[in-house]
Amino acid sequence: MKKEEKKLYTLLVYSENIAGILNQITAVFTRRQVNIESLNVSASSIEGVHKYTITAWSDEDQIIKITKQIEKKIDVVKANYFTDDQLFIRESGLYKLSTQKVLENPEISRTIRKYDASIIEVNPTYVIVMMYGVTESIIALYRALNEFDCVFQYTRSGRIAVTRGKQEEVSKFLEQREESHG
Amino acid sequence: MRALQAEGVKTIFGYPGGAIMPVYDALFDYTRGEKKCFDHILVRHEQAATHSAEGYARVSGEVGVALVTSGPGATNTLTGVADAMMDSTPMVVIAGQVAIGALGTDAFQEVDLVGVSQPISKWSYQIRHAEDIAWAVSRAFYIARSGRPGPVVLDFPRNAQVEEVEWEPKKVDFIRSYVAYPKLNEDAVREAAELINNAKKPLALVGQGVELGNAQEELLAFLEKADIPAGRTMLGLSALPSTHPLNVGMLGMHGNYAVNLKEQECDVLIAIGMRFSDRVTGNTKTYAKQAKIIHLDIDKSEIDKNIKTDVAVVADCKESLPAITALLQERKHQEWRDSFKELDEKERTKVIEPAIHPKEGPLLMGEVVNAVAEQAPKGTVLVTDVGQNQLFATRYFKYEQKRSICTSGGLGTMGYGMPAAIGATFATDRTVCCFMGDGGFQMCIEELGTIMEQQSPVKMILMNNHYLGNVRQWQDMFWLRRKSFTKMLNPNYELIAKGYGINYAAVTSREELGAAIEKMLTTKGPYILECAIKEDDDVLPMTPPGMNVNDMMLEI
Repeated sequence: MKKEEKKLYTLLVYSENIAGILNQITAVFTRRQVNIESLNVSASSIEGVHKYTITAWSDEDQIIKITKQIEKKIDVVKANYFTDDQLFIRESGLYKLSTQKVLENPEISRTIRKYDASIIEVNPTYVIVMMYGVTESIIALYRALNEFDCVFQYTRSGRIAVTRGKQEEVSKFLEQREESHG
Repeated sequence: MRALQAEGVKTIFGYPGGAIMPVYDALFDYTRGEKKCFDHILVRHEQAATHSAEGYARVSGEVGVALVTSGPGATNTLTGVADAMMDSTPMVVIAGQVAIGALGTDAFQEVDLVGVSQPISKWSYQIRHAEDIAWAVSRAFYIARSGRPGPVVLDFPRNAQVEEVEWEPKKVDFIRSYVAYPKLNEDAVREAAELINNAKKPLALVGQGVELGNAQEELLAFLEKADIPAGRTMLGLSALPSTHPLNVGMLGMHGNYAVNLKEQECDVLIAIGMRFSDRVTGNTKTYAKQAKIIHLDIDKSEIDKNIKTDVAVVADCKESLPAITALLQERKHQEWRDSFKELDEKERTKVIEPAIHPKEGPLLMGEVVNAVAEQAPKGTVLVTDVGQNQLFATRYFKYEQKRSICTSGGLGTMGYGMPAAIGATFATDRTVCCFMGDGGFQMCIEELGTIMEQQSPVKMILMNNHYLGNVRQWQDMFWLRRKSFTKMLNPNYELIAKGYGINYAAVTSREELGAAIEKMLTTKGPYILECAIKEDDDVLPMTPPGMNVNDMMLEI
């Protein structure tokens, strides 16, 4: 049997606002030796419900099992997995560059404009550049800037994502749950 | 106390200590006099409190309760918590904790119990203030007993134990994020029924889910209508009476020969409340590939976890079994059922007869179990430890009533037997027989103290071969007979029994066995029967780990 190919999956997990859930979620990955590539926790559009956006390289069989084990946790409301084409995805990157190098080499500014990134702070020592976009372009800008040997620091945020469907299915699920309970 | 009372708790297994003293002080009044509503059983080790609670839960169907102190008291319960998680046993562990102001300071007997118990429990929670008690305790019991049952850990800091609040009862019977009883999918029911109606060689695998769902009668109706032979997992042994004509024995590595082979021949396999453990499936790549697989389970994360399913019916089997049965046509599968007989006969002559009726040589474990099973009163509860004693006991015991077996199936916890048997005696008036090896007997041997104090009527059958027999068997089979640290120097068990004032007898010969068992069973109270077992008695048949179930060996 051919080993299934690994893909980058995004899990969207919704949970009650109770301490310790993040631990329980990450433990499911750790137990199966799957590394979390990125993780973002925030409020969701439903009051009192937190949303976790997690990316990990895995095969589908494995990611299904991980999703089920996460959803099994008592205070997790819903967990679903997606591939990139099912989501609208954004990340942001911050780049701290040497002001001197930026002034010396106009190519750097041109590169920043080409990638549609913005300069958000300038002082005699450094320039802060910020970029929103998909993973690949944020990394591509870093690589391009690095060619000029001007990067002091670089960091990329966790992924945030919304599904391409209309509503957060989770609110529907919760409505049904409350209805069934009466 | 009132929160526990509200949940119907009657029996608490526990051990006091510094951080749980306020609770113990309150308990004092609730265990005597006019306020009495609990029995508290003082165990001798916190691990035993959890196993006793498990034994109690398994036999009674109620939630078992263990009460312990913080730090080491709490960590000592973890083996029991993990055991209950693997075997879906409803249990609530309440552990003391240092006051919340001292959390994180490495205070005396502080341990991050919620942190360490999270991955091995169904839910764990810290009750930080007294006003949370009613809610948290009710939620804990609801989670422990509902859906697929499991252990819940409550970490109870000292400040919350002494704070005074107005008592406001709370009843949790709904958690919006937790679907304890998934809604039955009618399409899946129809598909399952159709597969079964068209099956020529159907085979059912019955697990503990049937007992947990209290669906033993629904199971019978299902099996009988479609005339489906059924194997049982080790934990599901008493879900279907041993004597039922459709029962074809135990599944798994040391289960019955015919049913293991037939898993590779059936055309429709119906798994009911079982989880396709590796001890049942052997090599999953070859397991039942020819069959359509129907899986009934209340826990959707079990579907496709180990074995890919063709039809999944995710619901309480109390509901799903009758729904499927209603759509079944009455069938007879006589020829298919008869085809088990030849293999059964082969197992009987090659394995069973030599094991239970040996003609010569030292006593064998199979014959001891068989002799006890023959004399034990109807409805006797079997408790086992882990190892060869467990495999022989589960193979050769007879199960006539539901909820008649306590054994550590998933985690395989040596030392489980004796405390679980104590717990079982508090859940039933039925006879409780506990089979142990000399290894496991010593692993929770301190519980003889609890047995002495409570006069728990546990009939302990100590099968002593001076070896950690199961590991020894594997060393002989797979490790070139290098018996690395499996031979044991044993204490004088008679003196130990005497020390605890427990009735004791030893059997060394076949001729004395029957009378000795009769004496044990007719003597009131606890009893230790030590049987001198052949050193190299092997459990057969056997499917070596990772092999195909149809490669099961009848001899070594």
